Amino acid sequence: MTDLTKLTIAEARDKLRKKEVSATELTQAFIDAIEVANPQLNAYVRTTPELALKQAEESDRRLKSGDARPLEGLPLGNKDLFCTKDVETTACSKILEGFTPTYRSTVGSNLWNAGAVMLGKLNCDEFAMGSSNETSAYGPVVSPWRRAGADGQLTSENLVPGGSSGGSSAAVAADLCLGATATDTGGSIRQPAALTGTVGIKPTYGRCSRWGIVAFASSLDQAGPLAKTVRDAAIMLRSMASHDPKDSTSVETPVPDYELALAQGVKGLRVGVPKEYRVEGMSPDIERLWQEGIEWLKAAGATIHEVSLPHTKFALPTYYVVAPAEASSNLARYDGVRYGLRVEGKDLIDMYENSRAAGFGKEVQRRVLIGTYVLSAGYYDAYYLKAQKVRTLIKRDFDDAWQSVDVLLTPTTPTPAFKIGEKLDDPMAMYAQDIFTVTVNMAGLPGISVPAGISVDGLPLGLQLIGKPFDEATLFRAAQVIEDAAGHFRVPQRWWETAR
Amino acid sequence: MRVDETTVRRIARLARIKISNEDAKSLEGELSGILDWAEELNGADTTTVEPMTRVVPIELKKRVDEITDGNIADDIVKNAPMVEDHYFVVPKVVE
Repeated sequence: MTDLTKLTIAEARDKLRKKEVSATELTQAFIDAIEVANPQLNAYVRTTPELALKQAEESDRRLKSGDARPLEGLPLGNKDLFCTKDVETTACSKILEGFTPTYRSTVGSNLWNAGAVMLGKLNCDEFAMGSSNETSAYGPVVSPWRRAGADGQLTSENLVPGGSSGGSSAAVAADLCLGATATDTGGSIRQPAALTGTVGIKPTYGRCSRWGIVAFASSLDQAGPLAKTVRDAAIMLRSMASHDPKDSTSVETPVPDYELALAQGVKGLRVGVPKEYRVEGMSPDIERLWQEGIEWLKAAGATIHEVSLPHTKFALPTYYVVAPAEASSNLARYDGVRYGLRVEGKDLIDMYENSRAAGFGKEVQRRVLIGTYVLSAGYYDAYYLKAQKVRTLIKRDFDDAWQSVDVLLTPTTPTPAFKIGEKLDDPMAMYAQDIFTVTVNMAGLPGISVPAGISVDGLPLGLQLIGKPFDEATLFRAAQVIEDAAGHFRVPQRWWETAR
Repeated sequence: MRVDETTVRRIARLARIKISNEDAKSLEGELSGILDWAEELNGADTTTVEPMTRVVPIELKKRVDEITDGNIADDIVKNAPMVEDHYFVVPKVVE
């Protein structure tokens, strides 16, 4: 029998419809795979096998009666940032330990109402603040990818799966779910996708509802899928996206059938290559990959144009003022009164301070403090207001580019995956991971990362496509062309199965 | 921008996070580094630029002012660390 966990969403969907496999068999295959892999990869922080099998049973009933919904019987992982009814949701923070929502996120509801099966909650950086999944209260996620040594054998060093959606990217790459939910505030879907050979799309701000997702920076946060192929990401996004009256920033615009866009090709598409993205310290692998991407799109009939996004150099400092500012305000709600951890003190303020000191990890505290500082009296204009003005300039750069091109092609990250621990004590080096992705959040645009090659030491690399607002369809078209040319990049060896 | 220990302590107080002496020391350097970086923004001319308030130019939706939800007190206090009869319990604030 074929290994069911290796299927793509599209393949599994076909097999379920043709009754070649049942949703229960498929779900059980993932439950078994997770049991073997999770002690080593730490991708899931909580599994929900009983719930999954119950959902699968319902799916099998519907498949049998010809009443299948779009994602019927497809087992997915759910980032721990998404509230799940009666299933603990912690954003991988100690401060939310034990928090069990009485409601579910809109994106989650959309997926489960479409017939998908939830396997469990996926690890992530604490409150999604990080680029390596090392800030999680549950410990780091280990990437299923390992470097190849000079002898061609895999080395035993543990690498990061990217972050903040590192549990999502590792689970998808290691075949521990067919696809996963993720969120992206500065690159948290696209960077982990690039580091694990998976596809991740951050849709336009407002495309997916933020309701029921633990908030980090509200003007930047967006949910999106992480999946094995461009088609799978297209299938998932169609179900995740919706207008939601409960999120006033969600936009009332029809969600197209993205799968239909996949075969449309890029003939005549105008592709921009931003010259400011050729940065110092970019690995030669990434430079080569970028050039290859340009050639593939050209060969498929697209035209290539150099464009300028002159304010790119301000993107990271702008982000690291705006995002912490919004985070410090969003995280003010964790006070030991209404939910989560409480550490008693001599009075009310002392209780707040003790609870937040014990409940927030180091990186979260750092960002809350920076955010508090840039919003405090006397500094608001110099930092926060200034950053919001520069943000306008960054968005204008893109508006200008759209006058002459339809889509932009850039690398997703400046480097391939790095070692666990390598950047943890150097926040600035960690923040630099987001250099190519943050601008997209600042301007609210959609961006997709698609695997496009392998580094000299055998690690996956990704290319990013950036699109006009609500033009995710064009991103899927162009990403499909890159995927067709580059092929798929699967983990060469399931070392965690033999290492036991 | 050099952030000294007094400033770190003031900010931590505003943020309601208790910090140890060691933390205060290492935060001095870390926060200074990030703020130095933020000062690069002074290189961008923003004299005639409006601050960004929303990324998608839509008008915020309004709804009719009516009750659409309620009677879920049990749900609301369900996750609270300390509750008495649907009230959150906090340390005494008024003598």
